[in-house]
Amino acid sequence: MSTSATTMDRAAPPEAGPRSLFHRLRHGDEVAHVITLTFAAGILLLTSMLVYELWVSSHLSRAKFGWNFFATSTWDPVFDDFGAAPYIYGTLVTSAVALILAVPLGLAAAIFLSELAPRKMSDTISFLIDLLAAVPSVIYGVLGIFVVVPLMRTTVGPILIGSLGHVPLIGQFFKGPNYGVGFLTAGIVLAIMVVPFIISVSREVLLTVPREQREAALALGATRWEATWKVVVPWARTGILGSVFLALARALGETMAVTMVIGNNPKIAASLFAPGYTIAAVIANEFTEATGDLYLSALIELGLVLFLMTFILNGLARLLIVATERGGGHPS
Amino acid sequence: MTEDNFNTMRKSLVVLLLLFTLAAAAVAQSGGTLLINAAGATFPYPIYSKWFDVYHTAHSNVQINYQSIGSGGGIRQLLAGTVDFGASDAPMTDDQLGQSKVKILHFPTVLGAVVPTYNVAGVSGDLNFSQKAIAGIYLGTITKWNDPELVKANPGVKLPGDDIVVVHRSDGSGTSFIFTDFLSKASDDWKNKVGKGASINWPVGLGGKGNEGVTGLVKQTPGSIGYVELIYAVSNNIPYGKVQNAAGKFLKADLAGVTAAAAGAAKDMPDDFRVSITNAPGVTSYPISSFTWLLIPAQISDAGKRDAIKDFLKWMLGDGQKFNEGLSYAQLPKAVVGKELKAISQIQ
Repeated sequence: MSTSATTMDRAAPPEAGPRSLFHRLRHGDEVAHVITLTFAAGILLLTSMLVYELWVSSHLSRAKFGWNFFATSTWDPVFDDFGAAPYIYGTLVTSAVALILAVPLGLAAAIFLSELAPRKMSDTISFLIDLLAAVPSVIYGVLGIFVVVPLMRTTVGPILIGSLGHVPLIGQFFKGPNYGVGFLTAGIVLAIMVVPFIISVSREVLLTVPREQREAALALGATRWEATWKVVVPWARTGILGSVFLALARALGETMAVTMVIGNNPKIAASLFAPGYTIAAVIANEFTEATGDLYLSALIELGLVLFLMTFILNGLARLLIVATERGGGHPS
Repeated sequence: MTEDNFNTMRKSLVVLLLLFTLAAAAVAQSGGTLLINAAGATFPYPIYSKWFDVYHTAHSNVQINYQSIGSGGGIRQLLAGTVDFGASDAPMTDDQLGQSKVKILHFPTVLGAVVPTYNVAGVSGDLNFSQKAIAGIYLGTITKWNDPELVKANPGVKLPGDDIVVVHRSDGSGTSFIFTDFLSKASDDWKNKVGKGASINWPVGLGGKGNEGVTGLVKQTPGSIGYVELIYAVSNNIPYGKVQNAAGKFLKADLAGVTAAAAGAAKDMPDDFRVSITNAPGVTSYPISSFTWLLIPAQISDAGKRDAIKDFLKWMLGDGQKFNEGLSYAQLPKAVVGKELKAISQIQ
């Protein structure tokens, strides 16, 4: 109630007489305004400085390779020849695999926790999920090396290659040799890492759906599931999409856990079992020992590329949210 | 905000201010200590931190703060003048030396070696690796464990027909530099197509992060081969193979073999100490060995720092070397120590 009261206050027209500066300062409005504005502007400044720094420091590489940087796939620090294609490909593929696995899982869990589970159980599990979201990524990497990688090599891999490998069209994604490390393993570890974000945020959003919405659907004769799937989830979809893009952002930028399980081989391969490489991983791996100027510049340009990718994907996310909001309120 | 809240806030502010003052006082107190900053190679970090610690205990007024950020980072920071000296697993190139405003001297400190480690079904003893075999495996031309080149070097060992899974370091590292420096000498193909460096364009294989990443992949992947630092293999009880040296002998790496390699190279050691001792001559020389260097500016304007660094170098070449073997680093050969002691006078 108190929050809505403050909103009301702010929305109310200003008082008739101009208040003295002292009066305004005393009440903290102006001070709060200036402080929050400074911090908000700080974010803007930080972002632009980041881009500026990346842009300037990658000058050598941009001048030498131009647009070819995106198209070529040699990465050779000895002969100073750099191309980013395998890294861009690896980043996109691992993030896509992670989302394909994590979104259905996370959404289903969030629906259960918000709609079906008893409140006490829901709160306990959410607490554990929030804990999972705070686990450092290197821990997930260790989990990946000691649990996921052997499992992939001895069990999951052979089964998938044996079954899906023979299916036309999608078969090419499931071909050997299977080392245990590779795109799929990295995607699975990433999925484990981002699922807590999706569950946690989606659950919160689903819980904010007004009870009247549910009651109205039930009153119209909908079953509980119909009310959930056709009314509650569409009502909350903007927030759910938000959680997915938060997850995507984490997957794109993840470094440590990915480099431990992806095989670190800058090649473009259709098979999900092939070893690959991501942008964040190569920067972390090679930055400390990068001695040549062009080499360093190329690594920084990779950082710029990653920034651009996040920027573009976030832009697309905004568009998607706008598009779905337009259709919102009339779920078919 | 209520009055109470405001009071608590003011109290915590006062406490914070007090803490800051105390911290500032503590910093000011330590003003008597001469702080020397250094940065660079991670490979010799265990021995360097030991040295700097022991040296500080004996000379409480000198504290050397070493950040193991990698050889490349050490060279960059030295060139930028943000550290007093650097450290590197690979000697600086002429190009890099040209970028420096002052002359930079190389001082070999300890020796290290790189060993091949593998996981082959049914093989328990030490495998022999000829130079041709290692180069072939890492070039991707030798792909099976029962390749004639491997069979020939391992009489009596039943090698399986499994595929070889090659594992290398994914992070830029001095270990990779030493290993690829050796491969460049072992194979012309390697030298012309791939070359040497801390990070390179590997023709085949999986990348593991750090010695532990490579070891993990090798342990888990049947039919794999990787390379790790000798010190890491010894301290973690990782089995490793023998490598053929320049004289054609198969040697299992140990500290004596590494020192022998350095002694073999010491005869024609250039005055600036920038020398590669991989594939050094001598029957007892282990072929994948290397110095690691401290990079010290020849002109240090701060007299206090200059004297401290010179004194530390003298101590490191004398008493300091005694700590090497305990940490699995090979000692410098006597001839090299003598030459370095003379070079210290170049620091002005």
